Amino acid sequence: MSRLDFDIAHLLAGLLVLISFLELYQDRLYALLNTYALHALVLAASVAWQAFVQDAPHLYVTAAIALVFKAIVIPVSLHRIIVRLGIHRQIEKVVGVGPAMLAGIGLVALSMVVMLRVTHGADPLAREDLAFALSVVLLGLLMMVTRQNAVGQVVGFMSLENGLVLAATGAKGMPLVVEISVAFSVLIAFIVIGIFLFRIRERFDTVDLQALDSFRGERR
Amino acid sequence: MTLTVALVCAAVLLALAAFAVIIGRSRAATRVIYGASMVIAAISLVAAAVHLLGAAEPLGVTLPLGVPWLGAHFRLDALSAFFLIVVDLGALSASLFALGYGEHETAPQRVLPFYPAFLAGMTLVVVADDAFTFLFSWEFMSLTSWALVMSHPRVPENVRAGYVYLVMASFGTLALLLAFGLLAGPGGLYAFAQMRVAPPSTTIGALALILTLIGAGSKAGVVPLHVWLPLAHPAAPSHVSALMSGVMTKVAVYGFMRIVFDLAGASAWWWSIVVLAIGGITAVMGVLYALMQHDLKRLLAYHTVENIGIIFIGLGLALAFKTHGMAFAAALALTAGLLHVFNHSLFKSLLFFGAGAVLTATGERDMEHLGGLIHRMPQTAFVFLVGCAAISALPPLNGFVSEWLTFQAILLSPQLPSWGLKLLVPAVGALLALSAALAAACFVKAYGVTFLGRPRTCAAEVATETDRFSLAAMMLLALLCLLAGILPGLFIDALAPVSSALIGARMPVQIGAQWLSIVPIAASRSSYDGLLVFLFMIISGGLAASAIHRLASDRLRRAPAWDCGYPDASPVTQYTAMSFAQPIRRVFGTMIFHAREHCEMPPPGDTRPARLVVDLSDPAWDWLYAPLVVGIGVAATRLNRLQFLTIRQFLTLVFGALVILLLVLAIWS
Amino acid sequence: MVLIRDLTIQGAQMLLVLFLAPLFTGFVRKVKARLLRREGPPLIQPYLDLVRLTRKDVVLADSASWLFRVIPYLVFAATWVAASLVPTFRTGLLFSWSADLIAIIALLGSGRFFLALAGMDVGTSFGGIGSSREVMIASLAEPAMIMIVFTLALIAGSTQLSTVAEFMASPQVGLRVSLGLALVGLVMVAIAENGRIPVDNPATHLELTMVHEAMVLEYSGRHLALIELSSSLKLILYVSLLACLFAPWGIEAAGAALPTLAVGIAAYVGKLAVGGFLLGLFETSIAKMRVFRVPEFLGAALMLGLLATLLRFVSGSF
Repeated sequence: MSRLDFDIAHLLAGLLVLISFLELYQDRLYALLNTYALHALVLAASVAWQAFVQDAPHLYVTAAIALVFKAIVIPVSLHRIIVRLGIHRQIEKVVGVGPAMLAGIGLVALSMVVMLRVTHGADPLAREDLAFALSVVLLGLLMMVTRQNAVGQVVGFMSLENGLVLAATGAKGMPLVVEISVAFSVLIAFIVIGIFLFRIRERFDTVDLQALDSFRGERR
Repeated sequence: MTLTVALVCAAVLLALAAFAVIIGRSRAATRVIYGASMVIAAISLVAAAVHLLGAAEPLGVTLPLGVPWLGAHFRLDALSAFFLIVVDLGALSASLFALGYGEHETAPQRVLPFYPAFLAGMTLVVVADDAFTFLFSWEFMSLTSWALVMSHPRVPENVRAGYVYLVMASFGTLALLLAFGLLAGPGGLYAFAQMRVAPPSTTIGALALILTLIGAGSKAGVVPLHVWLPLAHPAAPSHVSALMSGVMTKVAVYGFMRIVFDLAGASAWWWSIVVLAIGGITAVMGVLYALMQHDLKRLLAYHTVENIGIIFIGLGLALAFKTHGMAFAAALALTAGLLHVFNHSLFKSLLFFGAGAVLTATGERDMEHLGGLIHRMPQTAFVFLVGCAAISALPPLNGFVSEWLTFQAILLSPQLPSWGLKLLVPAVGALLALSAALAAACFVKAYGVTFLGRPRTCAAEVATETDRFSLAAMMLLALLCLLAGILPGLFIDALAPVSSALIGARMPVQIGAQWLSIVPIAASRSSYDGLLVFLFMIISGGLAASAIHRLASDRLRRAPAWDCGYPDASPVTQYTAMSFAQPIRRVFGTMIFHAREHCEMPPPGDTRPARLVVDLSDPAWDWLYAPLVVGIGVAATRLNRLQFLTIRQFLTLVFGALVILLLVLAIWS
Repeated sequence: MVLIRDLTIQGAQMLLVLFLAPLFTGFVRKVKARLLRREGPPLIQPYLDLVRLTRKDVVLADSASWLFRVIPYLVFAATWVAASLVPTFRTGLLFSWSADLIAIIALLGSGRFFLALAGMDVGTSFGGIGSSREVMIASLAEPAMIMIVFTLALIAGSTQLSTVAEFMASPQVGLRVSLGLALVGLVMVAIAENGRIPVDNPATHLELTMVHEAMVLEYSGRHLALIELSSSLKLILYVSLLACLFAPWGIEAAGAALPTLAVGIAAYVGKLAVGGFLLGLFETSIAKMRVFRVPEFLGAALMLGLLATLLRFVSGSF
């Protein structure tokens, strides 16, 4: 494919990594949700571009699903949940911004090295897209690990899933049925998490993990 | 011929040291000894410069001294000539400075005999060509500088400084001894010429690298073996501090280069990674430590640690390029490191001389008790400013040139095939840039609190200008800083024989470049013209000044400071060194030094003022040395039982040792 | 003949940035005022301010030294030399090979070094506040800038600004990820270095919120005029840098004929207008950060620069 197609795909994938870093930096809930919406939007754009370049019309559907569900429905619903539960709107972090960013850079370097070594003979666009996708997955995991707030962890899980979708589209083709099942599983997971959040909030008046820890069975 | 001159100079210095023991207490002794040292250093400098600039062949000589079956080998090649220039230039300026400064010395008989001996020791290390001579001169250098550190033993911190210095120096020499032992091999080939023709295996070479990093590195001051440096360097008299910081650390770098680049054979792929990582960490930690200090000489000593880090980054890059066969890039990195060696010896000596001048004028080393010295000591303030600007890597002075060359070397590194290097070099580049920016912050603090503002104590109010010898030494160094910044091409060409000898390639000839600029790689890629930048700045400044004085009003009147309408008469309200460093301490120091501020409030009824105290902890002491000391104590207590054995048990020990040695001999031979 | 032409062009570049700098500052202030539904001062107000300042007496504090009087000239000289080396309407300036990007950053750094010393000179606590905060910001902004320069140098194969600008204008450069990261990082660094919102407020009157203004609090008369002009020059330098690196359309290549220079200058003025408008818009829509959030902001810029360089090192095509 031409140089420009390559570059735009690259740029969108890199933008996704950048937005993952931006999510790591946020410490207010609404800003985090808006950043996540942006993340899903860029994912939709990236998948749509892949559909255009690879001439695979079913990927347009994936892009539409990403756009509608992940960029609009989920952030709006989470927003409503936060308002209704009255959740504390500042996200406490386990590690500070500086070490988290440094760890993020280390993870990106690691995924670069791993992916470029492992996929030695493959198509260059796919290789580097996979490297970026692994970075997004690892950054999503990092976000889950360094957040005290349950909503923050949910967003981390979501962005991890976005990374997986990027990897799947980059690897040339994902049948629609798989995507529908993935979307439904995400929806169900989201509903379950939402229900749990409601119950937790009802019982304990907080969703802060450190406060919840004191209610666990084993005492230290 | 030039080697003979160098050796004769060293011998005369030793004789001078002996002479100083005799005349130490007389009044003219200071002038005589320092004057003679200066002349001898000048002669040696000329000889070394002739050798290096003439790109002469290496000269060697063997003297029938020392160990009988070995003799004492000496050799003057390009690397030795360069470091000899550094040593002699430092010695020259220090002796010139001491002609004035030495008059204020209260115990000259403790300093004068050891000073020429120290110079002789450093000279002999640089020209030594076998392991025994090298180690003997190295230890001689350490012991004479220890004696100089202990020249005022009544001050308790000097005693501790001397003790730590002695322990670290001995430990370093032990490491070097082991390194040379490994390189000499079972055949006992102690002469360097023999080591060169029989390169060691990769494991031996790796062990030699580690041991050299420990031995020479601790003398140079790499983190975490730097702890003696900020204790010992400030304790010595100021001209000796300048020599220790500016010159002795470079002799340690020479030792490292001689072993790793010359004697240890072909380098493995991971050697440069270790050197680069250590260099990067040293650079940043050094400057962060310096920012937390308010003692002027201790700040300068910690800053030396940072610059040694920068030099090791250059050397690590050179090693990386050399290992992967990129000779041209290796020459660039090596030249950058060596140029920084030269530049640092210039401006660090200048800064220590300035600190010495301030110390004699005010009796204070603590910046919190100084201030406003620019009015009382204008010339010292001017040359100190030149030194601060040079060390902060500001164009058009020399600090910028070596840093620019190091950056250009970093930009050549994507071509390296090793993955570890591909990940490490950009990180090291970021650390280098960070340390450069922090260094500028450090020297704004040092200069601003010491020389600018208003005097904080009476000592600062009554300071007077230093004598003309000290000023002459400082002006000489400041002029050299400017020249090295404006005409860097000459210095780069002078270093070409060194890189040819060690790497086999050299940087392109700089002399012919347009308008005396330097072109390290190719004209289309990058170039820098110090002279033109300097002229440009003068012309712009001059244009602005003439336009202003033609078009603007030239009236000026003095008034109390504006200070937003509430001028405070007391100079105590000015920013102090600790308050200046507070933002940086909060950003960087909270994690690294566990920097915490707490307020000590006196109980009600007590009329003492409340104090804001900053707690810092040194990670090197807490993590490395304190456990080590505890461990040694525990081991010593356990081993103490060996004192109380019976005669039969002692005999058993001797018998057991003999049997083990015989076994080893049987197995190994 | 060629030398005379090149010399004229270099001189024209120097004078162009010098005369446009106050106009640019006035334009940004006008945009901000209009967005806040105010009339705002006239566009030429900075020129009038400079003239007014030069006609006033210099009131020097009792404890100020000779260094205090010399520093405005030093800062102006360093900033003007740096600004003359950034290509605005034409690359291949006569003296562009004497200082590359790293040297330009170092020149700005020396301007900042001396300005911080000026803050310490009079011996008041406000000067100390300004200087200590300024060096903290610089200690993070400068490494970020150098990492961005590394990224650009690795992509364009040179640190010489003219070469980089010509490379960016050529079709060889693609839409690279590292360039995107470098752009974001450079904008963040430019905001920090010029003391704009959200890092510092150039229009504040509250001393405890000042960084740059606190350092120059004691300056008056012609000295203050030089310092204000230097700040305007620095702002226009950064906008020109962003324009020549990331929006190089319209920059004439070296050796172009003289009539096409009009096109180059028009393109440059257009870019300045767009840049000024965006800056005014950005400053109006965001609030100033607490001082100790600035290290996080600049730390993010440093991380972006490091990430961009790392991507270039690890895989040549990023």
